[in-house]
Amino acid sequence: MNLHEYQAKALFKAYGMPVPNNLVATTPDEARDAAEKLSTDKVVVKAQVHAGGRGKAGGVKLVDTPREAADYAESMLGTHLVTIQTDAAGQPVNSVIVEETCDIANELYLGMVIDRESQRVVVMASTEGGMEIETVAHETPEKILKAELNPLVGLMPYQARELAFGLGLKGDQIKQFGKLLGGLCKLFVEKDLALVEINPLVVTNAGDLICLDGKINLDGNALYRHKDLQALQDKSQEDERELRASEWELNYVALEGNIGCMVNGAGLAMATMDIIKLKGGKPANFLDVGGGATKERVSEALKIILSDPEVKGILVNIFGGIVRCDLIADGVMAAVAEVGIKIPVVVRLEGTRAAEGRKLLDESGLNLVAAADLGDAAQKIVDTVGEAA
Amino acid sequence: MSVLIDKNTKVICQGITGSQGTFHSEQAIAYGTQMVGGVTPGKGGSKHLGLPVFNTVRNAVDETGADATVIYVPAAFCKDSIIEAAESGVKLIVCITEGIPTLDMLEAKIAVDMNGVRLVGPNCPGVITPDECKIGIMPGAIHQAGKVGIVSRSGTLTYECVKQTSDLGYGQSTCIGIGGDPIPGTSFIDALALFADDPQTEAILMVGEIGGTAEEEAAEFIASNVKKPVAAYIAGVTAPPGKRMGHAGAIIAGGKGTADDKFAALGKAGVTITRSPAELGLAVKEATGW
Repeated sequence: MNLHEYQAKALFKAYGMPVPNNLVATTPDEARDAAEKLSTDKVVVKAQVHAGGRGKAGGVKLVDTPREAADYAESMLGTHLVTIQTDAAGQPVNSVIVEETCDIANELYLGMVIDRESQRVVVMASTEGGMEIETVAHETPEKILKAELNPLVGLMPYQARELAFGLGLKGDQIKQFGKLLGGLCKLFVEKDLALVEINPLVVTNAGDLICLDGKINLDGNALYRHKDLQALQDKSQEDERELRASEWELNYVALEGNIGCMVNGAGLAMATMDIIKLKGGKPANFLDVGGGATKERVSEALKIILSDPEVKGILVNIFGGIVRCDLIADGVMAAVAEVGIKIPVVVRLEGTRAAEGRKLLDESGLNLVAAADLGDAAQKIVDTVGEAA
Repeated sequence: MSVLIDKNTKVICQGITGSQGTFHSEQAIAYGTQMVGGVTPGKGGSKHLGLPVFNTVRNAVDETGADATVIYVPAAFCKDSIIEAAESGVKLIVCITEGIPTLDMLEAKIAVDMNGVRLVGPNCPGVITPDECKIGIMPGAIHQAGKVGIVSRSGTLTYECVKQTSDLGYGQSTCIGIGGDPIPGTSFIDALALFADDPQTEAILMVGEIGGTAEEEAAEFIASNVKKPVAAYIAGVTAPPGKRMGHAGAIIAGGKGTADDKFAALGKAGVTITRSPAELGLAVKEATGW
């Protein structure tokens, strides 16, 4: 789960990290009031969306007066912001952050991730603040400093000093950095973060450190033990069908093709998309009905696939292990009965109770095409949809 | 021969009285697995499925001489269950549970490593040596004893590998589902090393997917350490970047972890790659000349 910048900064503040004073606004009036309350003459107004690249997309503006803050908020709120990280429709802007400005002597980068290779929480820091860290890693990997946390003792003061000296910090900044990073590490572990980035971490003309931006990604598997974080979910930032799927414990990801897929298992679901592409078709979605599929969930899954107007055919690919094929067949028939499927459906059932499942579908009188194996299934749906198009 | 488990492996189940533990323990017994007991705290001294239930894993291991344990405990309690198993004296822990917090796994993995125990999973179908021992949720009937070692991050794709190698009459020595999480107990390299040393395994079929760099590391390992023929498939060529594809570990992040990079690394290492999940068996045929 992703957080907004203002939510990330509130967490930073709660963990003793320096952030600029800011207020969140959901109306132009609130934005004006916020600008009046803040202490700097100029303020920054930033659109709050779950996507990076806001600055270049026109989602960030430096304004001189509260009136201008209100005007800019008015122009942003209720619109969709399209950045290099969003799709063509963009992300809805339902709030803006209004923030005090600070002078900038230097921009740094500070981030933390769980590194899969070393199986440790790793701190990354770089003098190349304001740039995408992936670009820095690609072009000048020597400019990324790293520290691995020992899970038994966490961050050691020497590691913070080592990074601080490596970043060229001096005097009191070393102490400030140690405190800031200490807070960040505590936040990372206590709140089960998957990723956090402060980009840029600014050094002001007075020599102080301040977190000018904040990005936090939470470990969805750990949300059950963080009621406070669950409340921060902004459903407006998520794809409508993906959200509906998650409410049914289905894993769905929208793609841009026209062949809908319903599969059990994440790996097989990806493989099904891949083979459709390999046969010359275009998958419309990733959908894993999971191991605990019920008739209702299968039926709902089909309805979600059908709610995408681009879908011109459906491939159902089930290799039953825990999932029983006869139960999948029941779900398919229930969905057909309820919504009426007018587009071609190719069904491949294999594994647990596959014969029973196939028999049910055969006898249903529904217009379903049975497939012998994965290759056959993909070929049949691609041919059928290709002819129709 | 086989790897990790065989007909002599004695298995206990953590969470045996729960619905998952009950269902899959019944299936394992029916398959012929030597299930010797189960653990549910507070139900020690009772019987379930005709097996003795113990309060602690240590009791169960002491009383039954179990070599392996399978965990069907809810995700929130898995860190505790894995560490309890790691410190109980078993040699193999298979954790089926999906959805364990990543930081929990980092800590559990340390306890596992410190005790020199092997953990397979979490978020995996388990391990099976056909006709001898089944630990996990895979459908037993599709397997056939034979000569291909299978290792995969995905459950249902493992079944696909099994079916296709059975259809060609090759059969499987052992199938290891290493699971779809970012911090797996057993890596591709661990599994490849086991298969490389196993006389029954004549060829290896490996199935990876997007996310992380485990397949690239495996490719390097294969190039310098594995003399047996290896065939491979990677799922997720069509997966968009930045989206988690069902598995916690299946995500292309910061341009890293794409299927194309993995195919390229494996191809360079001399592995026979197939881009079609319908041709997994045929890739083994091509790699071996069978």
